[in-house]
Amino acid sequence: MSVLDQHRTTTAKIFPHPLDAWYVAAWDHEVTARKPLARTVAGRPLALFRTPDGRAAALADACWHRLAPLSMGELTPEGGIQCPYHGLRYDASGRCTSMPAQQTVNPSAAVPSYPVVERYRYVWVWVGDAEKADPDLVPDMSQMDSPEWAGDGLLIEAPCNYQLVLDNLMDLTHEEFVHGSSIGQAELSESEFDTTHDGDTVTVSRWMRDIDPPPFWAKNMRDKFPDFTGRVDRWQIIHYRAPSTICIDVGVAKAGTGAPEGDRSQGVNGYVMNTITPETDRSCHYFWAFMRNYRLESQLITTQLRQGVEGVFAEDEAMLTAQQRAIDAHPDYEFYSLNIDAGGMWVRRILEAMLRAEGRLDEPADRPTDLTRAG
Amino acid sequence: MVAEARPRWGDAEVVAAVDVADGIRRITLRRGAREPRRAPAGSHLDVEVDLGGGRRDVRSYSIVSSDETATEVSLSVLAVADSRGGSRHMHALATGDRLRCTQPLQNFELRPGHARQVLLAGGVGITALLAMGEILARRGADHAFVYAGRTRGAMAYLDDVVERHGDAARIHVDDEGTPLDVPTLVAEIAAHPAGHDTELYMCGPIRLMDAVRRAWADAGLPTHHLRFETFGSSGWFTPEEFEVVVPRLGLTRTVRADSTVLETLAEAGVEMMYDCRKGECGLCQVDVVDVDGHVDHRDVFFSADEHRTTRRMCTCVSRAARGDDRASAGAAVLTLDLP
Repeated sequence: MSVLDQHRTTTAKIFPHPLDAWYVAAWDHEVTARKPLARTVAGRPLALFRTPDGRAAALADACWHRLAPLSMGELTPEGGIQCPYHGLRYDASGRCTSMPAQQTVNPSAAVPSYPVVERYRYVWVWVGDAEKADPDLVPDMSQMDSPEWAGDGLLIEAPCNYQLVLDNLMDLTHEEFVHGSSIGQAELSESEFDTTHDGDTVTVSRWMRDIDPPPFWAKNMRDKFPDFTGRVDRWQIIHYRAPSTICIDVGVAKAGTGAPEGDRSQGVNGYVMNTITPETDRSCHYFWAFMRNYRLESQLITTQLRQGVEGVFAEDEAMLTAQQRAIDAHPDYEFYSLNIDAGGMWVRRILEAMLRAEGRLDEPADRPTDLTRAG
Repeated sequence: MVAEARPRWGDAEVVAAVDVADGIRRITLRRGAREPRRAPAGSHLDVEVDLGGGRRDVRSYSIVSSDETATEVSLSVLAVADSRGGSRHMHALATGDRLRCTQPLQNFELRPGHARQVLLAGGVGITALLAMGEILARRGADHAFVYAGRTRGAMAYLDDVVERHGDAARIHVDDEGTPLDVPTLVAEIAAHPAGHDTELYMCGPIRLMDAVRRAWADAGLPTHHLRFETFGSSGWFTPEEFEVVVPRLGLTRTVRADSTVLETLAEAGVEMMYDCRKGECGLCQVDVVDVDGHVDHRDVFFSADEHRTTRRMCTCVSRAARGDDRASAGAAVLTLDLP
């Protein structure tokens, strides 16, 4: 076997997901002390809730007794959850604290609980080996709650393998074809790009100099510089951090004012924050937000940008949905690669190493009926 | 995850044996079997020990450390003067010796989800808590590591605890005049802002654990927040042979010391209901009509009150025993009625 044969899974169509990683389970505001939230993270159905003092908890969504979903139950005044079927109660660590028709509680009775970290407006969960759940491994998304940045985002339930979303974000030449009315332009394909990788990060940089701004960016420029007209230098610097967080430094500045050299004062800067949580092999939770570092006071701009990007990402969602359908309709066809896929292919290589470290590289990736979520 | 209950026995070889404190020996085994991940904190191995005279028995020892596949695992064993022979056998082990042991078994699991964790180790009980402390320190969790011993020299891994836990470490040494005062410790836990959301994990002498249980109840802290390693619920009496009688079925059988009421009745053709076989679920309970001797309750299904009144018993683990006056009165006799 050649040394080159070791990466045979890099172009897998249904990419398995690492388990030893922090994944976003929910926006912070989705997890409450009023009622549990049911959500599947990396193949594990979870019941998410908060204790009265505000701490988030994640328990396996199946009662120890007969596996009824706890997420259908009520939260208890003590900060736990009660099974909707026979009333067994659990605390936030998943230990059973009350059983019907007996004076004692079986000390073995517990449901799995998962480490939770709340950071950057998200509730992150670790469903793999809990002993490896180091909060320092949460990917940096600090623009999300920095006073230097303002913005908001949403959650897309994408019916596709999570890797398809990573592919989408690691190569933005698709903007010309998918997002022609907002951010797409021919210069995306025409300009050079630079791909670097280091450890569990990949960076793809693209500069487009002296171009006409597409409608989305012309509007943003006028929000900051009301009299702006003319040409811009545009940048897209894609920062990937394993397993599935991609923060894209984007913006435009008045052409020739020194942005490529580091002076962005004559421009507008955004950060497209993306973190993708595998749900099943063929579905994922796609959390995104658009943050900006100008006109921080304007809720109008926050709302306009959220709605604008929502429209752009709906175009991606439609493409990803159709792509997954086509993949499943052509089980004997393979993926082939283009030079524009360099970033996405380094991402796959990093994920492959994570899966190998977990001893799961040889796990059958193609499990067409293994769907936790119906449909 | 809930414990893997069924032990799988396999061979292991001793690859290192060194003293780590007065009377405590660290024994590293290389198992033939591999696991998907390292031995979880709080887990133990069941080890077959040679008691001499051809007698063998099983002892449980906490795992102090493990490699990524739980192939190489370290235990630490205290030499006990009045031991029934288990610790003597373990202390005599040398590199290259072979023995039989299980995969890591877990019934003392550290769980995320509470605001604060306190670990309490008494003497060699440190072995069950060392790996938990490592996880809490790595997570940056709000925790305290309380370690009490008679002398500094007898406290294994003391330097590790102090170094790893810094301000969170609290060391008590009897012969230095700083013994642990249990009511003070529990009062401090209760007074902490996270007091009622604090789990205490303890492992140590029965005397210490009883004192903590009393203080815990007195402080009004939730019972299920007190976690401890018991290595299986043992009874008041050493298992002995006794008679079981079921008048309604006209049945009398002898329950051997190494068998159970449930197994004996099932062998006699009685259709018994059961599930857990660990004294937890209560499905195998029967009515106790009479006992000549004592009922030795070993389950955790019935409450202390229910054990005292002995109207029913769990047949999977609980037994009858004559106890001290066995020689004079013959085997105990347990009379049952079945549902």
